[in-house]
Amino acid sequence: MRAGDGLPPLRIPITRTLVVAGAIASRDYQDVHHDPELARRRGSPDVFMNILTTNGLVGRYVTDCFGPRAVLRRVAIRLGAPNYPGDTMVLSGTVEEVDGDTATVKIVGENGIGRHVTGTVTVTVPAEGVVSPAEGVV
Amino acid sequence: MVVEDLSVRLKVYEGRPAVRGGLGKDPVNSPMIRHWCEAMGDTNPAYTGPDAIAPPTMLQVWTMGGLSGHETRSSAYEELLALLDGAGYTSVVATDCEQEYLRALRPGDEISFDSVIESVSDRKTTKLGTGYFVTTRMDVRVGGELAGTHRFRILKYAPRAAAPPQDPPPRRPRPVVNRDNAGFWEGVARHRLLIQRCTGCGTLRFPWLPGCNACGSPEWDTVEASGEGTVHSYVVMHHPPFPAFDPPYAVGLIELAEGVRMISNVIGVPYDKVRIGMPVRLAFVRYDEELELPVFRAEEGVRA
Repeated sequence: MRAGDGLPPLRIPITRTLVVAGAIASRDYQDVHHDPELARRRGSPDVFMNILTTNGLVGRYVTDCFGPRAVLRRVAIRLGAPNYPGDTMVLSGTVEEVDGDTATVKIVGENGIGRHVTGTVTVTVPAEGVVSPAEGVV
Repeated sequence: MVVEDLSVRLKVYEGRPAVRGGLGKDPVNSPMIRHWCEAMGDTNPAYTGPDAIAPPTMLQVWTMGGLSGHETRSSAYEELLALLDGAGYTSVVATDCEQEYLRALRPGDEISFDSVIESVSDRKTTKLGTGYFVTTRMDVRVGGELAGTHRFRILKYAPRAAAPPQDPPPRRPRPVVNRDNAGFWEGVARHRLLIQRCTGCGTLRFPWLPGCNACGSPEWDTVEASGEGTVHSYVVMHHPPFPAFDPPYAVGLIELAEGVRMISNVIGVPYDKVRIGMPVRLAFVRYDEELELPVFRAEEGVRA
């Protein structure tokens, strides 16, 4: 991995099932993530993905790209255009900086209405045989 | 209540605890990890098997109140939220999450956490409505050892009145079609972009006009544009918003291969990636049952 490297994009269809499954798997029962009628009363056209799901998808995207040895160090995300059911989000990333076995990656997730998420992920990919991903890096 | 007065009252909560002595409702556990991985489509082998760790991005999940709520929220945080609720800022949406992972979490780990109100913003107006950003910073521990930190920002906002569902969606303005430009719109209906050509001197002209600017002749015929062009110039529209338009969006002055220029939307590329000189190609987009417009799509390969 080198600074400037692009990660292969990942297309994620935003289904109603994904929005609700992500909210429940993250123990988030805010009505805007499962009840369309209450979401509308709060000024949103539909239910929308919660931030924990976006966080999980960004983490998954980076470990998918860097392989199962990759250890997430830091994930920082900011949300913009909401992920509504029926849309598709395309995650893309660029390696911004490499320091030894640790990379800083800029992540962007675009959907049909704009930029859903921008973020920075720090990930360590230990050299083969040094440490297993489950141990983390000491 | 005067806005300034509320802002001052909210600022008082900065630095006060949001959660004191919070305990995870469940220990880190395989079923919740599996449900999370299923929802995320995450097949990373590090999260299964006897040596499984929890996905690091689950950090906040272990601190969630779920349906039974947060018993360990501080009175300061409850007061802050009640103050905002009372002032009409009744809805909440998360905007930022910053997590650092210091130690892997494994099934069986018992979580404890403390959180502090780091800042309360001034009153802000957003697309959702007007409100205040509240930032908290949480330390997540296992057996006293710091496992991760979690900075979280929410917007507590007053929802804008939702449009009644029977309201039709706003529609783009209609073109004014008259005898001088009717031929252009007839061409659009057949997915042909027609340029006027003076039959006196051969000069092409666009937009359509009754006479030739070069020689004054009122006689004309048409040539069909090839559809190729480049962005000669552009602006990005941020404000003000108009019904049926969703800013920010790019409006391009497109130079057609034939030499005339035309104003239209540039699509197929984020608004901030439009550039002068970018090759574009004609496309027809239907906006509603009666309106179809010629627009220009960025050519493949320019996104990278």
